Amino acid sequence: MMEVYVGIDLGSTTTKAIVLDDGGHVIGQGITNSRSNYVIASKVVREEAFVRTRFTITRESALRAVSDAGVALEADFFPSIERNFRLQQYLEQLGALHDAMFRVAETARHKAYVDDLKSRLDAMCSGMRNDARVYFAPGAVRKSDFFRDLAGADYMARAEAMAEPKGITFDTLCGVFDSAILTVENITFEGAFERHIGVALEDTLREAPPEVRRFSDRLRDIVESARLLYLSESGTAGTGYGRQRLPFPKEQIRSEILCHGLGAHAMFPGTRTVLDIGGQDTKAIQLDSEGLVTSFQMNDRCAAGCGRYLGYIADEMNVGVHELGPLAQQSSQRVKINSTCTVFAGAELRERLALGQSREDILAGLHRAIILRAMSLLARSGGVRDEFTFTGGVAKNPAAVAALHDLVRENYGKRTLNTSPDSIYTGALGAALFALRAAERRAA
Amino acid sequence: MTTVRKEDSMLLQKQMIGDHYERLSHAGDEGRKVVYTFVPGNLNELVRSFDLLPLLPEINALQSGMRKLSGNYIAEAEKQGHSEDVCTYVKCDIGMLKKGNIGPTGKPLPKPDLLLLSYTGCFTFMKWFELLREEYPGVPVAMLHVPYQANGRIEPHYRDYVVEQLRTEVIPKLEQVSGRAFDEDRLREMLGRSARAEDDLVWVLESAKHTPSPIDAYFGGVYYIGPIFSAFRGTEGAVDYYRALRAEVQERLDAGEGPMTPDGPLLHEKYRLVVEGPPNWTSFREFWKMFYEEEAVVVASTYTKVGGLYDRGFRHDPEHPLETLADYCLGCYTNLSLPARVDLIERYIKDYNADGFVINSVKSCNSFSVGQLLMLRQLEERTGVPGAFIESDLVDPRYFSAANIKNRLESYLQMLDQKRGAAA
Repeated sequence: MMEVYVGIDLGSTTTKAIVLDDGGHVIGQGITNSRSNYVIASKVVREEAFVRTRFTITRESALRAVSDAGVALEADFFPSIERNFRLQQYLEQLGALHDAMFRVAETARHKAYVDDLKSRLDAMCSGMRNDARVYFAPGAVRKSDFFRDLAGADYMARAEAMAEPKGITFDTLCGVFDSAILTVENITFEGAFERHIGVALEDTLREAPPEVRRFSDRLRDIVESARLLYLSESGTAGTGYGRQRLPFPKEQIRSEILCHGLGAHAMFPGTRTVLDIGGQDTKAIQLDSEGLVTSFQMNDRCAAGCGRYLGYIADEMNVGVHELGPLAQQSSQRVKINSTCTVFAGAELRERLALGQSREDILAGLHRAIILRAMSLLARSGGVRDEFTFTGGVAKNPAAVAALHDLVRENYGKRTLNTSPDSIYTGALGAALFALRAAERRAA
Repeated sequence: MTTVRKEDSMLLQKQMIGDHYERLSHAGDEGRKVVYTFVPGNLNELVRSFDLLPLLPEINALQSGMRKLSGNYIAEAEKQGHSEDVCTYVKCDIGMLKKGNIGPTGKPLPKPDLLLLSYTGCFTFMKWFELLREEYPGVPVAMLHVPYQANGRIEPHYRDYVVEQLRTEVIPKLEQVSGRAFDEDRLREMLGRSARAEDDLVWVLESAKHTPSPIDAYFGGVYYIGPIFSAFRGTEGAVDYYRALRAEVQERLDAGEGPMTPDGPLLHEKYRLVVEGPPNWTSFREFWKMFYEEEAVVVASTYTKVGGLYDRGFRHDPEHPLETLADYCLGCYTNLSLPARVDLIERYIKDYNADGFVINSVKSCNSFSVGQLLMLRQLEERTGVPGAFIESDLVDPRYFSAANIKNRLESYLQMLDQKRGAAA
């Protein structure tokens, strides 16, 4: 048995979970789209964080065992197991998608052509299954890790080829997918590690060099122990917009402000000011030396300039939201943008494009406009002190970080600006730490 | 649906308001003349001394807001060309007028016989009355110019200036409209009754200095100020109401009970807060619930001083009838300079032993909202108590984002908790 502490951050766009061991170390994390269903999202994300926890445990035990035995594992050994595992997970979800699409096909509205529709769906699904390996090959770049996005893009490309203007149309095929994906997204696929890790390990071992293969039985034992290990959830805390929907007692629900503050403090102990740009709100938080919040400001009713705004812009430009920052960084002449209104984002963008301005220059302007809005919130909350930590999903965007860096220097002078590749997990980390602290208090 | 719990005084007040709207609806038949006037620093005793009936457009608007009627009225006014940025009290009133001038209780409202603008600190009030003047051509207008307390106090020449206007502008118009001569003795009688009611109100508001507080001085407080800030100050009805209210609060105090909420008495007081700014009326109960669910009690508020400040010592004085009316007009909350407002809130935080303060910044009202962020910072610096800043509106239902406000309020209260934990 192992005692773990879980923090869940139910954001408006994505839901995140963090698992800590009793020493406060992060041993698992998970993320999923919030899909307007916080109950499912929190189950899915917990499951995902537990999968990663078991991976962590597997890796640590395996590394200890091989080092004792003097065997060297190649650097790609664990990533390979994980890729193989993800492939199995993806295939399982594809199976569920296939079944769900069949159920949609069998409804009354498709009665006239049900057999034709099913055979096309069969053909598409089997194509998707056969080609799935590509997404999980070494070095493969995925636009998104969410099943909806990955399978959706593949399906749409096949649907275009499969559709016939006078027979089963593209719209019909899209409609079937759109209905079915909702069903699939509401399946939590619990016990994924337990189901798939065996196959994933064998796939990796098959390709492994002989000296590692000789060690197979020991590795199988280690995986089996991780598979059977009982993870005892000794504390849980929730935060984020959907936190009221979490099935926890009120004392275990913490505001995002406190969680982002504590999470940022844990990641960067020198933090005194935090900026978090989330899906639908922006927060400026001031901390004391212990990570306790001394004041904060949030954006008003309007979500202008938040993560959701970037989401709309990405949709308008037909690119992934992660591609926006790198595109903006290619700008040679930044355009001045005044409005960061999410509703008008599309109109503003089309007008700029019609004026002949480049996507890169417009995006550079948009990023600066977002950060200017955040600067006003920071000023309201008491300014930018050293060190300054930028959290939330938008902190992964290099153009946003660069704009923030410049504007902070212009307005407040030199500050240490911290960002982490795991910044999106800051709130969940804070929540998990609250859960751990509460458990420690109970024990004391 | 659960039953909403109300105090006896609330029921009494409901009756008073209902009766007043009833009287207004028959004013024409009974030959009673009606004066439209505003809440801050109003001249209710003077108006009543001429046997005129006061009608307060902001009260109509907030009552319409609480009865979920304001959204349609605002839409109507916007259809007439009023911008989204115009004060929603104004748009609610104009929209109601355009939709047949049926008051919030469902009774028709009478036309004005006089438009009496007795507070000019709000520029929007002047524009509002300009609109009403256009709607009711030929109706006389009396305007009392009230100087702003720029130096943080009422200078003697401010008072002289207001008294002079009362004599030469307001009283002659009231005489003309009512057909009666000014009766100073009658006015003195009313002012005496005002002072009696004010004594009881102040006692009620200051009862919140006890821990636990027997009242909520914001959500409950807006009910407590209803009669004194509207059409009832100076009447026997108001004297009776405040006597009954005081007795009711005294009972709770003796029993060590907390304030009454729509879900019953609050059993435990976890946070003591001071609130600056008007409440949101369209989601009033939802807003209130966000506080009492967290066991947060408002122990003092500035909005309950919007008509006038009594807890700083002012009482209507029958010995100096016009001077006292002048002081009342000059002393209402939004006529205070920003430093004077900060001083006042600072005293509330200290005198009422508050854990924190919340600013509800409403989109509609510049008289309140201007300077609030600066006030927030100064108050935090002076008291060491952290403040919260939330945004909503008076009666525009589009500007109340429940999730957003709840999120901020909860975050704020948890921050107070955390601070307490750190101090312990």
